[in-house]
Amino acid sequence: MPFINFSKDEIQCKIVYYGPGFCGKTTNLQYIHAKMNEDIKGKMVSIDTQGDRTLFFDFLSLNLGKIRGFDIRVQLYTVPGQVHYDATRKLVLKGVDGVVFVADSLKVQRKQNIESIINLAKNLAEKGLNIRTIPLVIQYNKRDLDGTEFEILPLEVLEKDLNSVLKVPSFPASAVRGDGVFETLREITKLVVKDVSRKVMFEDQKMK
Amino acid sequence: MNVILTREDLKKINSFLEKLISSSSAHSVLLIDRSGQLIAEYGNTTEIDIFSLSALMAANFGATAEIAKILGEEEFTLLFHKGKNENVYFTAVGQHVIMVILFDDKTTLGLIRLKIKQITEELSQVLIPIFEGKKEIPIEGPERVV
Repeated sequence: MPFINFSKDEIQCKIVYYGPGFCGKTTNLQYIHAKMNEDIKGKMVSIDTQGDRTLFFDFLSLNLGKIRGFDIRVQLYTVPGQVHYDATRKLVLKGVDGVVFVADSLKVQRKQNIESIINLAKNLAEKGLNIRTIPLVIQYNKRDLDGTEFEILPLEVLEKDLNSVLKVPSFPASAVRGDGVFETLREITKLVVKDVSRKVMFEDQKMK
Repeated sequence: MNVILTREDLKKINSFLEKLISSSSAHSVLLIDRSGQLIAEYGNTTEIDIFSLSALMAANFGATAEIAKILGEEEFTLLFHKGKNENVYFTAVGQHVIMVILFDDKTTLGLIRLKIKQITEELSQVLIPIFEGKKEIPIEGPERVV
């Protein structure tokens, strides 16, 4: 649910990074936070347990500059990936405008990726949103493990598992190194702003 | 659904917030929606990271609402956190909005509660059309977002 503030000429949108546990959602935000200029980012807030696992969410607010005279303020959230934190995932999804699904390229995580995207579809549906129509980008994380002792899935397999029906933009990435992180952010922001503009135009026409 | 705030809406909302601050001696008040987006703020908020605060407060309120459900309550409509110097009081304003009042020892919880009760009822009347999409989209603004 974007906020369009005509008093401040500002649009606020909420983007949620979703995916199975330990897939790198928080790492994406940490990389963005580390690389962004001080003047456009807020503080990064994390509610996690001592074992580096997100307990509730991470939060980062960015001011991405002007589009057609409106300041675009994007609020990035992550969800806890572990299966038993479903209630908190639902809370974080409240009012979401766009989703980045971060998939774990590790072969052993194949089942968890599929379960997580099904869980995303279910939780969006509970909020009256459709995974096929909401702005969505998929990121295949941990590509830097290619050629190491850890076996990773080829991109074609991940595409087939997660994106054969949705057919949304997808990016290979390594959140630890930063590869693909900004490409993912740029694409989801573009899709969300386009979606907001379309909705405003539609409502405007409805009024007339 | 989009939430569209016009200058006129903000002016009305701010007048309620101003009234609350001056009558209760709280130092700041934030109005946030339940997904964590900041709607308006009033008072001494310049040194606070209000965006992070809004996200955390909405989460706090949401988590407490889930606790209420588990206990068979519909919702806990108010929350209070007491610190050494700073206190926070949260209350629901209608279905979509949370009001957060920050105050120190210059005032009391009793006075805050009294003043809030009077203002939230009137304020929710202003907020309903904004959140339920029953108002016109302004022509004003720098350029339309199309």
